[in-house]
Amino acid sequence: MPAAQIKTKIITNRRLKANYWHLEFESGLIARSARPGQFVNIRVNDLLEPLLRRPLSIHGVKGARVKVIYEVLGKGTQALSQRKSGEFLDIIGPLGNGFDYPSAAKSKGKYILVAGGMGVAPLLFLAEKLKTLKPLVLIGARAKELIICTPEFKALGAEIKLATDDGSAGFNGRVTQLLEIELKQTRAAVIFACGPHPMLKAAAQIAASSQLPAQLSLEAHMACGIGACLGCVVSTKDGYKSVCKDGPVFSGQDLIW
Amino acid sequence: MVKKIKPNLSVKIGKLEMKNPVMVASGTFGYAAEFRELMDLKKLGAIVTKTITLKGRQGNLPPRTCETPAGMLNSIGLENPGIDRFIGEKLVFLKKLGVPVIVSIAAENNPEEFITLANKLNGFMEIAAIELNISCPNLQKDKLISQDPRATFALVEAVRRVTEKCLIVKLSPNVSSITEIALSAVQAGADALALINTLGGMCIDVNKQTPKLGAWVGGLSGPAIRPVAVKMVWEVYNKTKVPIIGMGGIIDVSSALEFFLAGAAAISVGTANFVNPRASLEIITGLERYMAEHNLQNLSALTGKLKACKN
Repeated sequence: MPAAQIKTKIITNRRLKANYWHLEFESGLIARSARPGQFVNIRVNDLLEPLLRRPLSIHGVKGARVKVIYEVLGKGTQALSQRKSGEFLDIIGPLGNGFDYPSAAKSKGKYILVAGGMGVAPLLFLAEKLKTLKPLVLIGARAKELIICTPEFKALGAEIKLATDDGSAGFNGRVTQLLEIELKQTRAAVIFACGPHPMLKAAAQIAASSQLPAQLSLEAHMACGIGACLGCVVSTKDGYKSVCKDGPVFSGQDLIW
Repeated sequence: MVKKIKPNLSVKIGKLEMKNPVMVASGTFGYAAEFRELMDLKKLGAIVTKTITLKGRQGNLPPRTCETPAGMLNSIGLENPGIDRFIGEKLVFLKKLGVPVIVSIAAENNPEEFITLANKLNGFMEIAAIELNISCPNLQKDKLISQDPRATFALVEAVRRVTEKCLIVKLSPNVSSITEIALSAVQAGADALALINTLGGMCIDVNKQTPKLGAWVGGLSGPAIRPVAVKMVWEVYNKTKVPIIGMGGIIDVSSALEFFLAGAAAISVGTANFVNPRASLEIITGLERYMAEHNLQNLSALTGKLKACKN
């Protein structure tokens, strides 16, 4: 389905907890064609500062509504968090390839979703699509208060395990360490991961050593978001690929770290 | 009631005929197909492709872009599939649009490559013009062709000898005298001048204590460079009668009008394509409205019509 540039009213834009925000807007066009792992590219205001759009993963759709969650990190997300319901946003989407989930598994076993921090954003949307498969969801964060979306995953019937760097919830350590432990006990079929770059690198290595397919959703600074400027490239076995158009989801074995 | 005129937006630059003077700048529009879902490409005055080299190039080490105040740095490094794959894979879509296609070309090592490239493009009727990119800052050269009046003259003259197509020469703002370089290009037979390319720049991540770009340095574009570009267009307009394609930070009709008043015969939208893919189309509509409101029948009544300040 084609991408579109739309101007639409913000339905809600509120803080979830810590620096995490939840944004919802209406667009039947985007909602109908969005697939998990795709993103929208949002112009956060009409000013020249920040100049570029901000790419944010689609967190879910409900009817004609599109949900996004984001972490306020820099001036772009800061400006976005100031926008109020009823105001208009200029949004392009859906963009990117998205997860390849229907045919992801080569063998029988658990679908494992691994999220680091904000990485839960596209994985909840994916978990909805995988609902009947009852995926195992591993969520990692620095501390308990930075873990989000557990009720939503639970509502989908997913099994959830947590990992925190400070041990305040679940496993005391990295979510990728938790993944290694789980793989010893669980027969897995495929790994889907989204999170910070070092986490994805570790997830790719673990998947490779267990001979499991891994689909990783990468984050990148983007200029155009549609594969025109070739600014957001990553190194793959097939040369440079753009995160915005060829990705953001890449097979773990194709990436060169 | 005053009768509103219907302005004529068409413009002719050498052999290049455009229905309106709004083009999209090289490197910011891919090969046009990338934008097809987001706008009506047929409405554009012309499309300038991403720069093509003889052999394919993988481009520079990422990160390749970085946002700056009202602008951005890039160090893409002319990633492109090479001329043969461009003709085989990318030109097919462009040819069907019915919009003049301008192919931007560059040499990697030897200026002779420009001749080979021009020869390969000569056979395609749909290619309305060739743009010589002698000003890309991302090739890790000590000196660009467009930073040397003699090298500029020699290169333009050599390409002029092998092609009848409209020849556009894109100039770098990273020079002490833009008019000197512009005159060299004109004397060597350029049909038009495109100015400006990006300004050299650098950004540093103070936490990591590293440059923000993998290539260390890049080219600055966006509204931040517009005043530099407008001044250079104005300076060159005052020295030569060759049409100028003005660019550098154009984001809306008002910023486009600055360039026309300074002396541009046509304009190119660059970085704004990333911010608002419809910017170029909005500029066409806005320009038509402005001309009607100011009773300007043709673009010639706008180009270079800058007046002195009144006290």
